[in-house]
Amino acid sequence: MTDRPTTCGSACTCAPTSNVDPIDEGRRGFLGSLGAASAMTVLAPGVTLLAFGGEATAAPGASAAKRWGLLIDVSKCTEGCSDCVSACSSEHGWKTTGHPATDPQWIRKVKLRDPKSGATRSAPVMCQHCAEPPCADVCPTGASFKRADGIVLVDRHRCIGCRYCMMACPYKARSFVHEALEDQKPHAPRGMGTVEGCTLCVHRVDKGEVPACVQACAQTGGAILFGDIADPNSEISKVIATYATIQIRGDLGVDPGVRYRNL
Amino acid sequence: MARRSPFLRLVLVLAILAIAGLAGIVGAHAGDAGPVIPKATGGTCVAPPEEMRRTHMSLLRHGRDLTVREGERVDGKGLAACVSCHAVSDGKGGAVTVSSPQHFCRACHDYAAVKLDCFECHASRPEPSNKASDAMPDGHPTAAVAALADYAREIAR
Repeated sequence: MTDRPTTCGSACTCAPTSNVDPIDEGRRGFLGSLGAASAMTVLAPGVTLLAFGGEATAAPGASAAKRWGLLIDVSKCTEGCSDCVSACSSEHGWKTTGHPATDPQWIRKVKLRDPKSGATRSAPVMCQHCAEPPCADVCPTGASFKRADGIVLVDRHRCIGCRYCMMACPYKARSFVHEALEDQKPHAPRGMGTVEGCTLCVHRVDKGEVPACVQACAQTGGAILFGDIADPNSEISKVIATYATIQIRGDLGVDPGVRYRNL
Repeated sequence: MARRSPFLRLVLVLAILAIAGLAGIVGAHAGDAGPVIPKATGGTCVAPPEEMRRTHMSLLRHGRDLTVREGERVDGKGLAACVSCHAVSDGKGGAVTVSSPQHFCRACHDYAAVKLDCFECHASRPEPSNKASDAMPDGHPTAAVAALADYAREIAR
């Protein structure tokens, strides 16, 4: 408190912009953010260079030209293997709380059995990263959203924990954190009172890496293929174009980004 | 008691208030040295300390929306970078969490009585290095990509 005059003085001389006004800063920042994103970039050299915006222009961020997706070859997925699940768990730090009914479940292995033939299949099910995500439709705060590149996420800064999205999701892909947490992974924030789910390892994808489940599966079964399904020349698109693949509950019209082959 | 003029009374009251006020200020300064702020371990901060004290919350709020919603990640400018540079040793080779009053953020926030919500979801200390061993068998990313390419080739065949 005692340093107020000094701080104000130095800030005013080094950066004569509205950004340094100690009283109106929050409101001005808010009003500024209501403007178009391009306006923010125009202002960036003068105003937001002080913030992260200046160098953020160098990082391209999510591109609307891409749509990340997965292709899971069920014939290569063995029933006893859960490497994708354990990889996800250790990557993001979620684990059992001792209450199986409410445990977090970002990805799970599902066993399917045809009652007539008795044939069984085992496949991982996670957030299907729908093009028309019902979770985002029902979210009252805008916390559930789809990124430009098709990854569906929960913005926990806005999540109020109402769990509408959990009800709306046809794939039961989301979980609610019931208990206070400590020592989360720095790249995977998660906390009590918010909803969470598969992020398609967005922190890895943004660095040009593949999701943890895909990396783990490549070392064992090689059943999961990750790529840009909007690019016709990507490996995943070529496989989808060549072989019959399905979306789970494709009849719902939500257009999942995760596809299954040999299911 | 002798009758005094209203003016004299006013002067007397003001004098008493001034003395009490001065004593209060001096007492506050002598007894309260302000928050003890732990030293950071890294190099230069993203902004001078005076500016960070005043605007760190705006910087974080601006950055979080860009990162979560737009996918723009700038290495070394997120909350995780703040936390790792401002980690306070717990004397046992690790760093204290926000549950400790010695935590960098808490030092000021406790003093200013401002509630700190960030660490309900975010890690309040750098990831302990011994935890890395229980992670998945972490091959180099390029190895995974190579394996994926092999897989894709095999499918195409």
